[in-house]
Amino acid sequence: MNRQAQAAVLFLLGGALLHAGTTDLYLRYVKAGLRPLLLAAGAVLIAAALATAWYERRRDRERHPHPEPRVAWLLLLPLLALILIAPPALGSYSALRSGTALQKPYGYGPLPAGDPVPLSVVDYASRAAYGHGRSLHGRAVRVTGFLALDHAGRPYLVRMALNCCAADAQPVKIALTGALPPVLRPDAWLEVTGTYAPGLTHDPVNDGPIPYLLVTATRPVQAPRDPYDETWNT
Amino acid sequence: MAITEDAPLGTDVSRAGPPRSRRLSSPLALTLTLLTAVLAQSPIRGALGTPLMQSWTTVFVAVTVQALPFLVLGVLLSAAIAVFVPASFFARALPRRPALAVPVAGVAGAVLPGCECASVPVAGALVRRGVTPAAALAFLLSAPAINPVVLTATAVAFPGHPEMVLARFLASLLVACAMGWLWQRLGRTDWLRTPARGAHEGATKGEAFWGAVRHDVMHAGGFLVLGATAAATLKAAVPAHWLRTAAGTPLVSVLALAALAVLLSICSEADAFVAASLTQFSPTAKLVFLVVGPMIDLKLFAMQAGTFGRGFALRFAPATFALAVAGAVLTGAVLL
Repeated sequence: MNRQAQAAVLFLLGGALLHAGTTDLYLRYVKAGLRPLLLAAGAVLIAAALATAWYERRRDRERHPHPEPRVAWLLLLPLLALILIAPPALGSYSALRSGTALQKPYGYGPLPAGDPVPLSVVDYASRAAYGHGRSLHGRAVRVTGFLALDHAGRPYLVRMALNCCAADAQPVKIALTGALPPVLRPDAWLEVTGTYAPGLTHDPVNDGPIPYLLVTATRPVQAPRDPYDETWNT
Repeated sequence: MAITEDAPLGTDVSRAGPPRSRRLSSPLALTLTLLTAVLAQSPIRGALGTPLMQSWTTVFVAVTVQALPFLVLGVLLSAAIAVFVPASFFARALPRRPALAVPVAGVAGAVLPGCECASVPVAGALVRRGVTPAAALAFLLSAPAINPVVLTATAVAFPGHPEMVLARFLASLLVACAMGWLWQRLGRTDWLRTPARGAHEGATKGEAFWGAVRHDVMHAGGFLVLGATAAATLKAAVPAHWLRTAAGTPLVSVLALAALAVLLSICSEADAFVAASLTQFSPTAKLVFLVVGPMIDLKLFAMQAGTFGRGFALRFAPATFALAVAGAVLTGAVLL
């Protein structure tokens, strides 16, 4: 790849990073906190592209050029994947392949106000799995996540928890019982209202605890702006 | 982009040929590739529509997008070192005796806040600036593991276990220094291919700086993509329940997590959270995961092979792997 082509690839790559960083596209792949770095990297890449084009224009054409790296062609792959395909955030397929990442929390904060109480999947799951649901005080809760159906057809409400990028995303799962809609579509986002149901099941993948939620009502919702749960990043 | 009539100037010049060869000029090849991809986008989307391919593509894009800012940071630093910092600075800053320079460079790794993608180009620039390779390699191995960002993430991921942070710090530093000393005793300079390119290229400092940035992003970036491809494939292909069977016996569990660290190629700022979620494994096995991952994984191997040469990477990677496992097990036995 000669320098003009390199300048073009650098420019496109920088542009793709800026595009992903200025829209919500980047949230499908990396944590929200990476945004400033993404934008800065995009700007640097574009600056490098412009500098390359500028120096190339003035370059002494008689000078013998160095061999340019051929491996650079591979950079077209993520560029095209990001621009043309923009793959979706990880969903039920990845969720069922990895075990629940639920961990015993330090302690439980006070329940948020509201009836039903709005809770994240991680928050409900840790209260239900480790505190026998005592910190829920028997109140109704409202949890949002996407559906995953295991090979036996049992439904789970899942949120992928992410620490840095989608490569380290791990699911946190809640098993659903009670009044479920007749047709369950994997990867559909649901807002589930229900109450704590005693008992635990275990994730067949890593033996991690999966608490139950007794569903009283469900409502299909749009996928949230940030599809991942990032509570562990703070 | 500007397509000039004498475009073959910079195309693959490994074979000397007439200036106007019949080979495809790279701007033209690039235009054709992009055009084809745009025209064929619906069949491509169809082929990538299955859940397996979708999650593969997501992980592939995620690894690349996550690593690029750190790569750019590392490349800017390394270009600055190559162009603006005189070689005499490092001669003065580091002890003259290589045996002493190794631990100093290892501890200096603590000041590079980032993950492993940043440390490869910086270590390459250090070698080019005349730093003894043993010290630069100690820096390369210690920087991604012992910097404050990574240690803080480890403390957050292992609440109530500060000994894990200490063990990670000590084991990583120990292994980095051991590898530096090992290189100093056994390493041969002809294994190490340092790029001849340096500050001399370019008429002005600005041209040299941006030339170094462009070259390193394209070069290390290409290898980063290679590593991301491998990592995404393994993440999509290796069934997670294998791990459950491996957790039973201590020796197998240590080796399994060491291999997992190599295969997954997770950024060192995030690996602690993954380690913490491997609940069925012993603390020592988790420590092995945390020590091996930042030092050697598929992505790093590809980038090291690109920066220092394949002959180097093929010798350096297995030695690093063995020493990292041994060092982590030893530290784990004492501390955990």
